[in-house]
Amino acid sequence: MMITFRLNDADVSARVSAPTSLLDVLRDDLGAFGTKSVCEQGECGSCSVVLDGEVVCSCLVMAADAEGSDITTVEGISADGLHPVQAAMHAAGAVQCGFCTPGIVVTAAALFDTNPHPSKDEIKEALAGNICRCTGYGAIVRAFEDLASG
Amino acid sequence: MTTTIGSRVSEMAGRVGDSPTRPDGIEKLRGEFVYAQDLHADRMLWGATVRSPHPHARVVSIDISPALAIGGVHAVLTADDVPGRATFGLEQPDQPVLAGGEVRYWGEPVAVVAAEDHDTARRAAAAIVVEYEVLDPLVDPEEADRLDEVFRRMTIRRGDPDAAGSVVVEGYYEVGMQDQAPLGTEAGLAVPDGHGGVDLYATSQFVHVDQEQVVASLGLDSGQVRSHPAGVGGAFGAREDVNLHIHLCLLALHTGRPVKMVYHRSESFTGHVHRHPARLWYRHHADDEGRLVRVEARVLIDGGAYASTTAAVLANACYFAVGPYRCDSVAVDGAGTRTNNPPCGAMRGFGAVQVCFAHEAQMDRLAAALDMDPIDLRRRNALVGGDSMPTTGQTIETPLPTIEVIDSLLAMPMPGPDIPDDHHHLPGGSGLTTEAGDVVRGVGYALGIKNLGFSEGFDDFAQARVRLTAEGAIVETAAIEVGQGLVTVLAQIARSALGVSQAHVRHVDTSQIDSAGSTSASRQTQVSGGATLEAATRLRDAVLARYGGDRLDDEGVWKGANLVAPMDEVAAAGLSETATFRHPPTTPPDENGQGGVHADFAVAGHRAVVDVDPELGLVRVVRLDTAQDVGKALNPESVRGQIEGGIMQGVGLAIMEELILDNGVIRNPNFTDYLLPTILDAPDVEALLIEQDGSWGPFGAKGVGEPPTISSTAAVAAAIRVATGRPITRVPVRPQDIVGV
Repeated sequence: MMITFRLNDADVSARVSAPTSLLDVLRDDLGAFGTKSVCEQGECGSCSVVLDGEVVCSCLVMAADAEGSDITTVEGISADGLHPVQAAMHAAGAVQCGFCTPGIVVTAAALFDTNPHPSKDEIKEALAGNICRCTGYGAIVRAFEDLASG
Repeated sequence: MTTTIGSRVSEMAGRVGDSPTRPDGIEKLRGEFVYAQDLHADRMLWGATVRSPHPHARVVSIDISPALAIGGVHAVLTADDVPGRATFGLEQPDQPVLAGGEVRYWGEPVAVVAAEDHDTARRAAAAIVVEYEVLDPLVDPEEADRLDEVFRRMTIRRGDPDAAGSVVVEGYYEVGMQDQAPLGTEAGLAVPDGHGGVDLYATSQFVHVDQEQVVASLGLDSGQVRSHPAGVGGAFGAREDVNLHIHLCLLALHTGRPVKMVYHRSESFTGHVHRHPARLWYRHHADDEGRLVRVEARVLIDGGAYASTTAAVLANACYFAVGPYRCDSVAVDGAGTRTNNPPCGAMRGFGAVQVCFAHEAQMDRLAAALDMDPIDLRRRNALVGGDSMPTTGQTIETPLPTIEVIDSLLAMPMPGPDIPDDHHHLPGGSGLTTEAGDVVRGVGYALGIKNLGFSEGFDDFAQARVRLTAEGAIVETAAIEVGQGLVTVLAQIARSALGVSQAHVRHVDTSQIDSAGSTSASRQTQVSGGATLEAATRLRDAVLARYGGDRLDDEGVWKGANLVAPMDEVAAAGLSETATFRHPPTTPPDENGQGGVHADFAVAGHRAVVDVDPELGLVRVVRLDTAQDVGKALNPESVRGQIEGGIMQGVGLAIMEELILDNGVIRNPNFTDYLLPTILDAPDVEALLIEQDGSWGPFGAKGVGEPPTISSTAAVAAAIRVATGRPITRVPVRPQDIVGV
């Protein structure tokens, strides 16, 4: 079937088969490689996107269900330059291999867009679904604590 | 001296000792960085792998015709289609490229497919009919040891075998099988060059050794295969061994089309080696004052079905079986077994992790038997520079600040004693299972030691080339960036050596430069960093000599106050220097495991504070503080990143990460059932870097990647022991080990 949705403020279409996930459509059909495929079962948050205002794991969304929706991926978080969460992560050394990074950017941007001054516990709760294997999370927490206090 | 991180300011930003931001950071943050998973080529096919559902079986027949009948399938290859060497392996080529006669572990590849798209490739793989005669798997490493099914035995004998102390403690310990679980699964793209050769872009830690194995199994000349560094999403040891590399090249040359392959997550758990599970028997003898008199150990690690690096991991486990302690009488017997369990190989810490859990538990037992403070016992026996290694007898010629590590740990502030009545900070978290009044706290300490770089006579070298261009200095290398920050630190070294402010790393393929060795053994900053420093220094000297100057900076070559050659003129000369760095030579061990087998060492210590719900067996790691011997911190923030990340993997092994095997079959090959630490599990960490001159690394740097993972596990286990009074003789610590049911 053909599906059409808004992706980072542009209309896109893709021909999908029934069991295809939104993640696979983004990567394989639309070439939006910023969204990462890691666990394929909603455990790690690496494929996080904003769908109609809500952060979701795109691996758990059937592509057909994205019909007519408005989706923002990491590529759409900041039109040019860096979103404040990206700048904070860059400055704090919160990126190593970077494979979790797009999912964390998407999740943190949604947090800060609604709560500009989250507490440390609120930061951790918001990111509880995003696994990072490299940093041990220390620099990620510092990045967002710095941003929250700014 | 000790260094607190994050407090340095330099006039020359981005040089050694600074913490410049990553050159690839913005691309990664914007989702623009290209990983092996993101590669694409025109007319590209997708590959998929057929894997054995049995840990041990004979392949009776393989019927590929149902797959070939599917539209869009271009190739199905089996063992008969491997034109060159039928096997591969890092230390010995014992692993079939595709299993033909016999499968020896669950998930072993038996066939590969190339098709027009990913789904078709997977459907074709599923359509292949393999008939197996199922055989009994050998899964018990102790039985394998009795049957002499071993990749290596290791014997260490040092000092008086009859030395005996007044106090003797014994223990038996187990370590479960940990997975590296890098977020990026195995992925790659092979592109035929149209002349019978192939270009490979794949996840890796060591492209030159991948290239050699592809060449051998494809039966090509070395010049026909180029392995290119590709974007890697974490490694931690999982990418030292070949997995999809040969398959991709076979498929690409067979079809004449580019072929891409990306393992899915559960496939990744069978597609790379794991940390060796271990069984460890120990006896420590000490005198009344707590001085170690003799240590005896038996070390059994299970290598699984194929050799991988089991021989080297076993040797490391045996060499570091005593820990960073003096002892003149040591006997260690080790075996790395061959079974039908999943193959095990490199993971961060490489054998030192397993024995550290045991030797530190023993030190705590010994302290209890002596009625002595465990820290005092460790300080009394601390191994330092100039001492002899307790196992090999090798004199430690680089600094080993074990005493400073201990004292730094003790000086770090402790959290207040009150356990906050807030679910965010209680074991069980938002499960709301635990009340503060029921929580018990424990504090545990552990020390660990490991070698840096390759050992036992291995010719360990790295080549780097430095060019001076209009864009600044370019460092060319085949060393793999896996996330650790090599691209940052090599540029820092080049800036410092040359005196210019712009420097960048360019990854080049195996045909353009000699090997950089593996991104493993904590070695690239020391070895590729050493090559970069040497090449950059020679380049500066050559530039100064050419123009008769005495100083180089961004403006050009100066002689006194006069600019004798502006930078555009210098850059136009196209000068470059290539250097190959070797660390001090090592030797193989003698029959008693004695000799100068290591090039350098690093020591680290960890202090864990844990809160435990003893009724439910839940653990929260509150703090995990550390002091680490780093030689010289070339990039303090990157060092902190290695420390915090390494600690988190150590915490994972301590309380949650284990591959569960059932008669050779992995029962939890996914992120739902293989538990990884989340941000809610992350303890607060304070890290103190101990800097001392004297290592052979550039500017005195030591490798920093592995020490954080070695004693962090043992410190958490010790803290749980203190909190609960339970023996805690295996990791990961399970709820039942705490509750005692």
